[in-house]
Amino acid sequence: MNPQTTPEASDSENPISIPENSVLDLQKVSISYSGNPAVNGVSFPIAEHKITSIIGPSGCGKSTLLRSLNRMNDFVDGVTLDGQILYMGQDLYGNDIDPVALRRRIGMVFQKPNPFPKSIYKNVAWGPSINGYIGSMDELVEQSLVQAALWEEVKDRLHESALGLSGGQQQRLCIARALAMSPDILLMDEPCSALDPISTAHIEDLLFELKSNYTIVIVTHNMQQASRASDYTAFLELGNLIEFGTTRQIFTVPQQKRTEEYVTGRFG
Amino acid sequence: MPNSENTNLKKTGLYKDNIQTRRRIAALFQYFCALVTWTGVFLLALLLYQVSVDGIQWLDMQFLSSFPSRFPYKAGIKSALVGTFWLITLIAIISIPVGVATALYLHEFSRKGRIHKLIQLNISNLAGVPSIVYGIIGLTIFVRGLALERSLISGALTMSLLILPVIIIASREAIQAVPMSTRHAAFALGATRWQTAWAHVLPTAFPGILTGVILALSRAIGETAPLIMIGALTYVAFLPEGPMDSFTALPIQIFNWVSRPQEEFHELAAGAIIVLLAVLLIMNATAIYIRHKTEQKLK
Ligand SMILES: Nc1ncnc2c1ncn2[C@@H]1O[C@H](COP(=O)(O)OP(=O)(O)OP(=O)(O)O)[C@@H](O)[C@H]1O
Ligand SMILES: [Mg+2]
Repeated sequence: MNPQTTPEASDSENPISIPENSVLDLQKVSISYSGNPAVNGVSFPIAEHKITSIIGPSGCGKSTLLRSLNRMNDFVDGVTLDGQILYMGQDLYGNDIDPVALRRRIGMVFQKPNPFPKSIYKNVAWGPSINGYIGSMDELVEQSLVQAALWEEVKDRLHESALGLSGGQQQRLCIARALAMSPDILLMDEPCSALDPISTAHIEDLLFELKSNYTIVIVTHNMQQASRASDYTAFLELGNLIEFGTTRQIFTVPQQKRTEEYVTGRFG
Repeated sequence: MPNSENTNLKKTGLYKDNIQTRRRIAALFQYFCALVTWTGVFLLALLLYQVSVDGIQWLDMQFLSSFPSRFPYKAGIKSALVGTFWLITLIAIISIPVGVATALYLHEFSRKGRIHKLIQLNISNLAGVPSIVYGIIGLTIFVRGLALERSLISGALTMSLLILPVIIIASREAIQAVPMSTRHAAFALGATRWQTAWAHVLPTAFPGILTGVILALSRAIGETAPLIMIGALTYVAFLPEGPMDSFTALPIQIFNWVSRPQEEFHELAAGAIIVLLAVLLIMNATAIYIRHKTEQKLK
């Protein structure tokens, strides 16, 4: 992919370097909390089997935007969303979409590891079991833990409490738990913010491997991580999309001054 | 090393050097708390001692297995004890599901609007309503209105009303204490609210709910006024066989004996109090044991 660039990426109706197949398409999405806007008219696509990172200063609406993609915002009182998010052509907020069924297809890993206070095995198996998984659960659990690069560390203690794991292990468990559902899309909200560099590296390696099967959207504060791991990058500021493009483009030839200042760390 | 640090700290001119005063206040407060605690413990011990001295001589199998009688040496608490067990079982069956379900609904399912706030507030208020008032409600609704007569079920329903606010409030606190992130984790896996509540919220809240339930049941076991109000009998020489039978209960029996002039009956009352306390202790111990077990499992 060799995107050509236009100077006003944020303003254009059709952001440049549109990914070939977009599974999610944000169209002028605005989100507010009881009338206080948090995201203003953001449009960009999310490419299939690619990693899209969302970056931007604290409080700019990254988590809010991410949570709107699997309708986790439904649980926050007073949230309203304008605009459209198309999921494979369907309006994500349409009447015919069942949010419960939707979340089963669009998984999420949260900023802070949040394993269930249950055994490691049950943490992974619960999602599939409530969704009526009929295959071999043991295999699925093993496979998910292997995918999340956790299997070797926990295979002898599957039935011990997940709360006994280290923070990094817990986060990988949460990833395994999400993967066990084999979602179409995996949303990750700063999955490495509570982790040490080694666990972070683990998870980044993991992202690379997952890419071939999953579409991933990741919120991150870590510029290296965004530039290393992602294919596309969206830069938000104060709820506005400043720039969207391929990661290379955003990090090497950003069109907007703000973007350049932010990615090079000269943000003020 | 610590010495040099100390002098360093003292040099920072913008702060008053008040560490001594703060220490002294802390110590003072600590003594005060200890004093208050031990006063309570001491009074309780005194009470228990007094009751034991009075009642222990009457405690034997005959006391537990006889019906009440006009003659102190023949009298026992058989019908009262059995009545209390009946009552507690029925109250538990009625109030636990209703109370926990209400708390669950209020916190997990309902919209948090103005009506929600109003209900919350009223439940808290209801917890403070004197028990005699519940007795009157029970008399009006259950005994007369539903024509359940002076039966066990009338008593159990009345008592359930009485302790429901406590169960709801305790359960709600326990449910509130379950981290939001746990629920989000479940929702993100495509769980419904009910699946989330059943598999994660309730088990995590269980120890707290249990504590509340036991406290509430303990209160119910000792309540006298509402039972008198709805007309539990004071002299019962038979055992209830079903929820529709009339009954007596330990606190009623105690109340009855205490109000007689003869000294022996006062001692009998003390004996019955010991039994009542024993039942309470056993209930609490069981609860603590179960709670410990489940907390162990959650870790
Ligand atoms: N539940 C909420 N209720 C009200 N306002 C909220 C809520 N969550 C977020 N906001 C507000 O919306 C704005 C965007 O918040 P959001 O959490 O999306 O930021 P973020 O980009 O994820 O920040 P960070 O990088 O610090 O996580 C902020 O101004 C925040 O205060
Ligand atoms: Mg955030």
